[in-house]
Amino acid sequence: MSIYINKDTKVLVQGITGSTALFHTKQMLEYGTKIVAGVTPGKGGTTVEGVPVFNTVSDAVENTGANVSVIYVPAPFAADAILEAVDAELDMVICITEHIPVLDMVKVKRYMEGKKTRLIGPNCPGVITADECKIGIMPGYIHTKGHVGVVSRSGTLTYEAVHQLTVEGIGQSTAVGIGGDPVNGTDFIDVLKEFEADPDTYGVIMIGEIGGTAEEEAAEWVKANMTKPVVGFIGGQTAPPGKRMGHAGAIISGGKGTAAEKIKTMRECGIEVAETPAVIGETFIRVIKEKGLYDKCKTH
Amino acid sequence: MNIHEYQGKEILRKYGVAVPAGRVAFSPEEAVNIAKELDSKVTVVKAQIHAGGRGKAGGVKIAKNLDEVRSYAKELLGKVLVTHQTGPEGKEVKRLYIEAGSDIQKEYYVSLLVDRATSRVTLMGSEAGGMDIEEVAEETPEKIFKEVIDPVVGLTGFQARRLAFNMNIPTKLINKTANLMLGLYKAFTDKDASILEINPLAVTGDGEVMALDAKFNFDDNALYRHKDVVELRDFDEEDQKEIEASKYDLNYVTLDGNIGCMVNGAGLAMSTMDTISFYGGRPANFLDVGGGATAEKVTEAFKIILSDPNVKGIFVNIFGGIMKCDVIAEGVIVAAKEVGLKVPLVVRLEGTNVELGKKLLNESGLDIVAADSMADGAQKIVELVG
Repeated sequence: MSIYINKDTKVLVQGITGSTALFHTKQMLEYGTKIVAGVTPGKGGTTVEGVPVFNTVSDAVENTGANVSVIYVPAPFAADAILEAVDAELDMVICITEHIPVLDMVKVKRYMEGKKTRLIGPNCPGVITADECKIGIMPGYIHTKGHVGVVSRSGTLTYEAVHQLTVEGIGQSTAVGIGGDPVNGTDFIDVLKEFEADPDTYGVIMIGEIGGTAEEEAAEWVKANMTKPVVGFIGGQTAPPGKRMGHAGAIISGGKGTAAEKIKTMRECGIEVAETPAVIGETFIRVIKEKGLYDKCKTH
Repeated sequence: MNIHEYQGKEILRKYGVAVPAGRVAFSPEEAVNIAKELDSKVTVVKAQIHAGGRGKAGGVKIAKNLDEVRSYAKELLGKVLVTHQTGPEGKEVKRLYIEAGSDIQKEYYVSLLVDRATSRVTLMGSEAGGMDIEEVAEETPEKIFKEVIDPVVGLTGFQARRLAFNMNIPTKLINKTANLMLGLYKAFTDKDASILEINPLAVTGDGEVMALDAKFNFDDNALYRHKDVVELRDFDEEDQKEIEASKYDLNYVTLDGNIGCMVNGAGLAMSTMDTISFYGGRPANFLDVGGGATAEKVTEAFKIILSDPNVKGIFVNIFGGIMKCDVIAEGVIVAAKEVGLKVPLVVRLEGTNVELGKKLLNESGLDIVAADSMADGAQKIVELVG
């Protein structure tokens, strides 16, 4: 088991003929992801790496039965690409593209209300269920199949955490990057709910960063609802206020959204928080040992 | 991206938002000429810097005659203003805004911003204007009112009126205030602002509702569709290294330490700073080279780090996903050879094409200390810098 995606997921790549998309389409195919279609307006009828390309998402869905799309479309056109995927009633759309104007995302979120599609991202590394399906840009080789769920606002920090687990012989169920933008499709709580419900996930690592209050809200949710252990980390403990740390969402403003505040709330809610990103794996292992879950989580 | 108050007011005028008459001046002579034209009872001489708290720092002066305008202008131009937002080094005043004084009856607060919790634009208002709104939020949160805006219909008349009533705007000025708010929302969305703050919004003796200040912040990601906004950028207000970095699409923020950092991904870049600090070092910068970096971009990033005289060592921390390790390695090698590397360099590579990247570095003949992990790399660079 896993969450969101598995070996049966049929993936559609939006913007498949762009250079980044091409590179990662190859990587995803090599990993074993079932990529059934690509979309680039005007390139319909061609193929890329053996994958048929269509002019529209609805054409691609009709012809291939794709149920999840991944977007590599440049920022000025990415919001429209998300809308197209939602309109075609895909189960999930994963938007890798960064630098989408925030007011575009405000409209996208409004459009998605009441629709069936779940959006992951934008500005995220994607979602991976180890050994089954990799959708996005994460390096596949660091992941191993297992029982730890990972959810993160940061791409490279997710790799860091996953890598530490793998090195210690602890596999993962699914790793979800929710993205670093202030307005995104899926938040920590959405993903935590899925991990809580997934019988194959025994514990969760949650990686946040400065800005906003999503981590605090998630921590309160964990305290009230989560039976599985959660270990956290917050990036940006030494970031000065008022400076935007790369991600549009990573800024301390008006004294709100500091790492200290987030860590405090998380600890109060029973979440162990790693001191540095280098010990996320170590901290998690200590916690699952205390809970008697280490043997169940040890996969290799 | 930030702009000056006078530029913000220019934008607001176009959207029918009442602002006092005024113009920008670069010299005391210009200031006096503008004041002459304004011909108002009192003239306000306001320092234009990209930071709040100017009033408290002595950057806003009320002149009763032209001689006072001249002497205040002389005093302020070239002065370094230190406010709670400039940092201890302050900011030099190079522009003044010369504005007609207003007969202020009462000051209010209005702002628009993108609220993350609702994923909507939110209009906020308070009758506690003219003060630090964060303090108001902390001490008297019941005095702050919000209207969450549906992007389909935009800010509605009833919402604007409701907020105006909640702010205790005099009844006969409710419609005027509501119209002003509608103008603010239109300006905000048309220009892809991320923050628009009017503090204070003033009700004047002659029954006007006016924006006495205007603080705009624009969404950097949307600047590509606002050439008019980009033209308002004042490079004097920005850090030279940050300007250079932005030319190459690099996310760079200057900090006050001595260990230069080059990292891919904002989260990892922040955490690298945290880890260096954890081991007792001080990062000189935040630098995210981003996803689709080319070797050329990496080279430029490296040069920018080395242009900081405080940098005594560099830590390159890469976990390649979209970013390939061999590209980083190539960029580092070219840059180190071009600029002549004189400080210790610690490199940690992991992820996509890692073996190829390591091979390139090993064969480069450069004096590079390899690290196995982020913690290992952070410890090594802290030790080397001493």
